[in-house]
Amino acid sequence: MFPREFEYVAPSSLDEALGTLASNPGAKVMSGGMSLIPLMKLRLFSPELVVDIARIDGLDAIEDRGDHIAIGALVRHEETAASPLVQEHAAALASAAAWTGDRQVRARGTTCGAMAHADIAADQPAAALALGATMVAASSGGTREIAAADFFVDTLTSALETNEILTEVRIPKSSASAYDKLGRRGGHTDYAVAGAAASVAMSGGTVSSAGIALTGVGTKPTLAAGSVEAIVGTDGGADAIAGAVARATEGVTVLEDLYGSAEYKAHLAGVYVGRALEQAIAASH
Amino acid sequence: MSTTSALGGVVRRREDPALIQGKGLYVDDLNLHGMLHVAFVRSPFAHAKITSIDTAAAQAMPGVRAVYTADDVRHLGLLPAQAAAIGRPLLADGEVNHMGEAVVMVLAETRAQAQDAVDAVDADYDPLPVVIDLKEALANTNLVHEGVESNTLITWTAPFGVEEDGLNELRAKIDEYKARDDVVTVSLEMVNQRLIPVAIEPRSVVAEWSAGYQQMTVHSSSQTIGAVASAVAGMLGIPYNQVRGIAPEVGGGFGAKLALYADELLIPWAARELDAPVKYTETRREAASNTIQGRGWLGTSTITGTRDGQVLSYEIDAICDMGAYCQDLTVAIPFLGVFVGSGQYGFDTRMQLDCVVTNKQTTDAYRGAGRPEAIYYLERIMDAYSREIGMDPAQVRMKNYIPSESFPGAMSPVGFAMDTGDYAMNLQTMLDSPEYSAMKAARDQPRSDGKLVGLGMSTYVEACGFGPSALVDLGFSWSGYGQPSAFNGSGLVRVNPDGTANVIIGTGPSGQGHQTTWAQIVSNELGIEMDKIRVTHGDTKDAPITIGTFGSRSAAVDGSATFEASRKVREKAARIAADLLEASEADIQFADGGAHVAGSPDKRVEWAAIAEVAYQPHRMPDGEEGGLEAHAIFSPGNATWPFGSVACLVTVDPETGDVSIEQWMSVDDCGNVINPMIVDGQIHGGIAQGVGQALFEEAIYDDEGNLLTAGLIDYPIVTAVDVPMFNLSRTTTPTDVNPMGVKGIGEAGTIGAAQTLVNAVVDALAPLGVKHVDMPMRPRRVWQAIQDAKASA
Ligand SMILES: Cc1cc2nc3c(=O)[nH]c(=O)nc-3n(C[C@H](O)[C@H](O)[C@H](O)COP(=O)(O)OP(=O)(O)OC[C@H]3O[C@@H](n4cnc5c(N)ncnc54)[C@H](O)[C@@H]3O)c2cc1C
Repeated sequence: MFPREFEYVAPSSLDEALGTLASNPGAKVMSGGMSLIPLMKLRLFSPELVVDIARIDGLDAIEDRGDHIAIGALVRHEETAASPLVQEHAAALASAAAWTGDRQVRARGTTCGAMAHADIAADQPAAALALGATMVAASSGGTREIAAADFFVDTLTSALETNEILTEVRIPKSSASAYDKLGRRGGHTDYAVAGAAASVAMSGGTVSSAGIALTGVGTKPTLAAGSVEAIVGTDGGADAIAGAVARATEGVTVLEDLYGSAEYKAHLAGVYVGRALEQAIAASH
Repeated sequence: MSTTSALGGVVRRREDPALIQGKGLYVDDLNLHGMLHVAFVRSPFAHAKITSIDTAAAQAMPGVRAVYTADDVRHLGLLPAQAAAIGRPLLADGEVNHMGEAVVMVLAETRAQAQDAVDAVDADYDPLPVVIDLKEALANTNLVHEGVESNTLITWTAPFGVEEDGLNELRAKIDEYKARDDVVTVSLEMVNQRLIPVAIEPRSVVAEWSAGYQQMTVHSSSQTIGAVASAVAGMLGIPYNQVRGIAPEVGGGFGAKLALYADELLIPWAARELDAPVKYTETRREAASNTIQGRGWLGTSTITGTRDGQVLSYEIDAICDMGAYCQDLTVAIPFLGVFVGSGQYGFDTRMQLDCVVTNKQTTDAYRGAGRPEAIYYLERIMDAYSREIGMDPAQVRMKNYIPSESFPGAMSPVGFAMDTGDYAMNLQTMLDSPEYSAMKAARDQPRSDGKLVGLGMSTYVEACGFGPSALVDLGFSWSGYGQPSAFNGSGLVRVNPDGTANVIIGTGPSGQGHQTTWAQIVSNELGIEMDKIRVTHGDTKDAPITIGTFGSRSAAVDGSATFEASRKVREKAARIAADLLEASEADIQFADGGAHVAGSPDKRVEWAAIAEVAYQPHRMPDGEEGGLEAHAIFSPGNATWPFGSVACLVTVDPETGDVSIEQWMSVDDCGNVINPMIVDGQIHGGIAQGVGQALFEEAIYDDEGNLLTAGLIDYPIVTAVDVPMFNLSRTTTPTDVNPMGVKGIGEAGTIGAAQTLVNAVVDALAPLGVKHVDMPMRPRRVWQAIQDAKASA
């Protein structure tokens, strides 16, 4: 298909991009274009103006900021996946990025774009939720921070306003996190039929805090509050994990789609909460 | 160094450098001056009356040159289909019968303008009841076509040629088997689901009309460009010799570019109407919903056999989904399944295949075309039977094969003479291989990762390399294309005055490597170096007449014709060389770019010197005609019947239902091999498509007839990451129906694959009580099968 007619600009500075967005309510930000362009070609979405941010300097870094790492708007999936910083301090996100799409998609799509796109079956949002990430949104009026837990609003809907650019994702360092999923083509290939990310902190043999999140099972990537409640304060052993598995979809609306019944997806949510937790807890030892 | 090539030698594909660097020419690459672009308004309903079409707004849009409906093209007639079949109007005429059916054709100066105008057409519909479910279609609960009494178009039965009385006798005989007390009867209802044949290059058509010369040139991404040209001539009333068909590179076909499409007639028609070049290239979604689909059977197979593995009878009763209309081969596809219905076995076989229309896109040939379906039902039930009686599935097969002594010309229980075969030898080769032993060992090894392991095997025979022109009498012609039709293979070989050769063929590759294989055939015969042989294809202006590329026929039929044409050239060249070398013709040998006298390599003359004489006729030996080229037509006495044995090892994650293939092997027998690398490549691709069917692929229509999988996001195809390395080996049982002894290999990989994988998954799940898992074995379905088995245990 061919998109409807649209205007295209590629500003070279963030201010210019934000100014363009402020004065064009029908404008849409494009970073990697991996999700936006297919939607436009199918004419499911027809913005009047595309603001391509790919030529803005300074948005392509992964930085160590002491207690957290910051991933800029133009960092591609493959860079997130290969980054030693991310692998060490946010293993769940590194895996999620490595299992996003195929090589071509990973070479162009951006981690921030995956967050902003908020697909129900996307990988990296689950990792961001479990790791307790913070999204930094800029507009011509200034900058605001949005907790990951408040960022994913609904199907393909994030908390970003139309005049905002997600300039970076900040991930608090975690030495014990993991992501696992079942891809639509089996194994880790393709969007998640269901997947889960987990991050834990242990102190004195006890799980002192945890973040657990699901993807693929409902209308958005979402926190698994029941599982968190079940695991915190335990020794993180097999029984404790089983307890977390049992509560994986507590409070989560599980939906059927082409890839599975609600029953199957709820079951998978538990399986992957279990697997992600096992790996995260093993990493903490 | 340039060398000549012997048959059987590995030669790297000469076409690849251009193709993989994006330097090949495809139809969509053509951009002609003043060219108009086409987009179609397509039906959002699977079955509806068209109550009104308002094109006024679209007509007024920028760049729009014409907007056509059925009123404009009705006089051209229906898209040709065989007898008993229901033909498609070129544009929907009063009624739509599947989602995506073309209703209005828009032509504009740019493609985007054409698409914008499509959005501006206002068409209204009055929905009718839809026929989606195959059992409901068979029961005629609702009818797809008004005025047609039954949704069943035709019922194929086997044994072939046996009338109702004979079939009843067979039924009675099988009932007697079933009543015996030393037998078991095993029966399974299974789905062989509808598939979308995904070619990397979507279909594309460009037509140019020359009003001055009254000549039509049609470029189409087609496997049968000669048939397209013939149809255009017939339906548009242009003499065949004023129509030129060109299929440049074709980026994958798999049978889906074999049938004639309405757009292949509409685009040339519009080019003539508007006196401007016209282009239409499908979108990916159109390729999914409007290029033909494949398979679509729902059937029950039943085996009755003794407890020690002697099968007495096999039966299959299936409903085959034709879709809403028929293209030329649609109803013939299940009949191709009848050819191989009894596989390699000698037991009594009864088949009944009811071909029904539904409100879905037409089905037609997709890699294997009827044969993968037939072999699937047979080999799945062979496996279930082996499991039931607790025997090794390989040994059960061994016990029931048609013995090698019956060849050549063994008559199969379904009524076809088969060329050559040695099935037990082929299977034994697999069983004796270290790869197979390793798989068996891996299957029986205890595992610590909680995964279930399964080993699956199956064997196959195929009928391909069509074929005998007598098939025309069974209805396998390009019926009704408005022209008398061809059913033959052909090849033309010309040695030029400088000693280079042109090989001109009418079949065209869509990935099969004709450029390389044909050059090998000619190089081997003439001793001309590979790099001095140029193979051209895909242009009816120069090509000899043939029916095209499908049914694994190109090498076996048109390759044989080319071989015979080379032989004619060689014989003439030998007479010229004998004259020049003052030797006896019988002593002339060809090698390394020239001819020499046997035993005296220095008594030699180069091809250029021979050819020069041929084109200066006064220097020719007495009585010889000038020139050094030959054309040959070939029609074999039978199809070729390749066969093989396949096995794979899988693991299944019982918690998620996720299947992964750990190892894969096959021992294929396609007779003599021209280029082992190309043959292996054909098998690789074939297996991948069979694996795709077994694991992921399914054209899913909802109850309203909406195609839910009309894009690659929801219709995943297999990529290299989804399959393991394939261990391929072969046995060699040459055919006697063509001079090179080669059998077709384009579809064999697919035909052998799907049931092997299902057999392996069922093997893994058998300890839990699972007896069958329908394809595609997506994780959710495997998991469900485990849950169901647990619940009933
Ligand atoms: C073949 C294929 C396979 C895929 N498989 C997977 C998979 O397995 N798992 C998975 O998770 N995803 C998958 N994806 C989606 C992929 O990850 C996308 O790249 C990603 O979701 C979007 O990133 P992008 O940079 O390409 O964003 P774009 O396509 O440019 O934009 C997507 C949306 O986000 C908005 N946006 C992008 N960046 C910003 C920003 N910085 N600030 C504000 N808004 C922004 C855009 O306006 C748009 O609405 C796949 C995509 C394809 C094409």
